[in-house]
Formats: sequence, structure tokens, C-alpha cells
Amino acid sequence: MSAKSAQTSRPLSPFMLGPYYKPQLTSMLSITHRLTGVALSVGTVFLVAWLMAAAGGEQSYAAFSECASAWYGQIILIGFTWALSFHLCNGLRHLWWDLGRGFDLKTVYATGYAVVIVSIVLTASVWLVACCL
Amino acid sequence: MSIRSPLSRARGLGSAKDGVQHWWVQRVSAVALVPLVVWFMYSVAGMSDAPYLEFVSWVRQPWVTVLLVLFIGTTLYHSALGLQVVLEDYVSGEFKKIASIIAVKLACAVLAVAGIFAVLKIAFGSI
Repeated sequence: MSAKSAQTSRPLSPFMLGPYYKPQLTSMLSITHRLTGVALSVGTVFLVAWLMAAAGGEQSYAAFSECASAWYGQIILIGFTWALSFHLCNGLRHLWWDLGRGFDLKTVYATGYAVVIVSIVLTASVWLVACCL
Repeated sequence: MSIRSPLSRARGLGSAKDGVQHWWVQRVSAVALVPLVVWFMYSVAGMSDAPYLEFVSWVRQPWVTVLLVLFIGTTLYHSALGLQVVLEDYVSGEFKKIASIIAVKLACAVLAVAGIFAVLKIAFGSI
């Protein structure tokens, strides 16, 4: 009886974020890794739609291209590129941790700031290459 | 002798003898995606405003076809594994949790098949 009520009133994850934990670089990057992962999964729908449009022929490809080159399409493309850059950089940070390295506080913060900067630089470089080459 | 209660064993939510399998395949697919993502970002961004014929002839190049198939398959596999963990963490209630995981995994399979089919159709079909 009391076991059941205790179970149902238990707080649900991620309840610690917000009221109990002060936002820090480490926790913010951790949740951003998840958020970008989910966003990129949704982004695969657009990737598959693009390839299916091309497989469908010139007309369906043109219809998709029109949406992709519109302002909202460009925002999605740049957002997708940044999410992919971030998830790649922070993913490498995670793989490094999986080897048991880089866990001391100083290194965690240094690699954290590096991930933020490199993901932005990577996004910019991708679109510079795309526009100039 | 197990110290687990008979009820916990009957529910079967503990070890199912595949312990670290999920963790490992998530890492292995992540490692595979590192070079694939770098290739994908730089080459696909350049193709984002390409006219139809240019895009189709790019996809038809043998290595591009292979890399696209690998990228789509690995990405959706990695997505399915990652989304499963997110759902396990945040969805409460066994029925909702398992139903959402099944739905997401099947959706990933549909997307992977559709994406790979589209690439192969462009590669093998006539322009």
C-alpha cells in the first residue's frame, strides 16, 4: 500500500535539472548532446525525403529543392550542420572518456569549451566550402 | 545464490545476459560514423543546391553510392540505439516505454530501407 504511493509520487528524470542543479557547462553540454542526437534523428527524415525526391525524378527533386533553398530550409540545413558538428565533437569527447581519459575537472572544462568552439568553426567551414568551391 | 527477489526475477528487468552489448554497439557505430560524418558534411553541403542532373550523377559515382549507403545504415542504427536510451530514461510506465521504443525502432528501419533504396535506385536506374 505505502510502497505503491511512494512509487507513484517519485519524481521523474531529469527532475534534478533546474531547481536543484545550477546550470554548468558540463551538464549543459551533456543535455545538448542528447538534444542534438534527437534532433539529428528527426533530421534523417529530411535526408531520406531528399534522396527519395531525387529517386522519384526531376519534378519531385525540383519541388524539394525549392523548399530546401527557401529561408526555412536554409535555417534547417544550417541547424542540422551545427547539430551534426556538435554531436561529432562531443561524441569524440565521450569516446575519449570511454577510454578512461580526460576526467579531471580542468580537462573536462577545456574539452567542453573546445567542443563549443570547434563545432561552430566546423559549421562555418562546411558552408564556406559549400559556397566557395 | 541470487539475492534478487523472485518478483524481480519474474519481471525480467535485470540482466538478460546481454549486459554491455548495447553500450558496445553504440560505441562501435559512433567510431564508424566519425569519418562518415566528416565526409557527409563537406560533400553534401556542396550538393544542397545542386541541379537535378548534377546531384544524380554525383550519387551514381561508385564510392559516393557506397558511402551514402554506409552513412544511412550506420546513422539510423546509431539513432535507434540512442533514441532507445532517451526513451528508457524519460518515458515512465512499462507499456508506454516499450511501445515507444518499438515504434521508434521500426520508424528507423523504415527510414534506413527507404534511404538506401533511393540511393540504389539512383545508382542503378537510368537518368
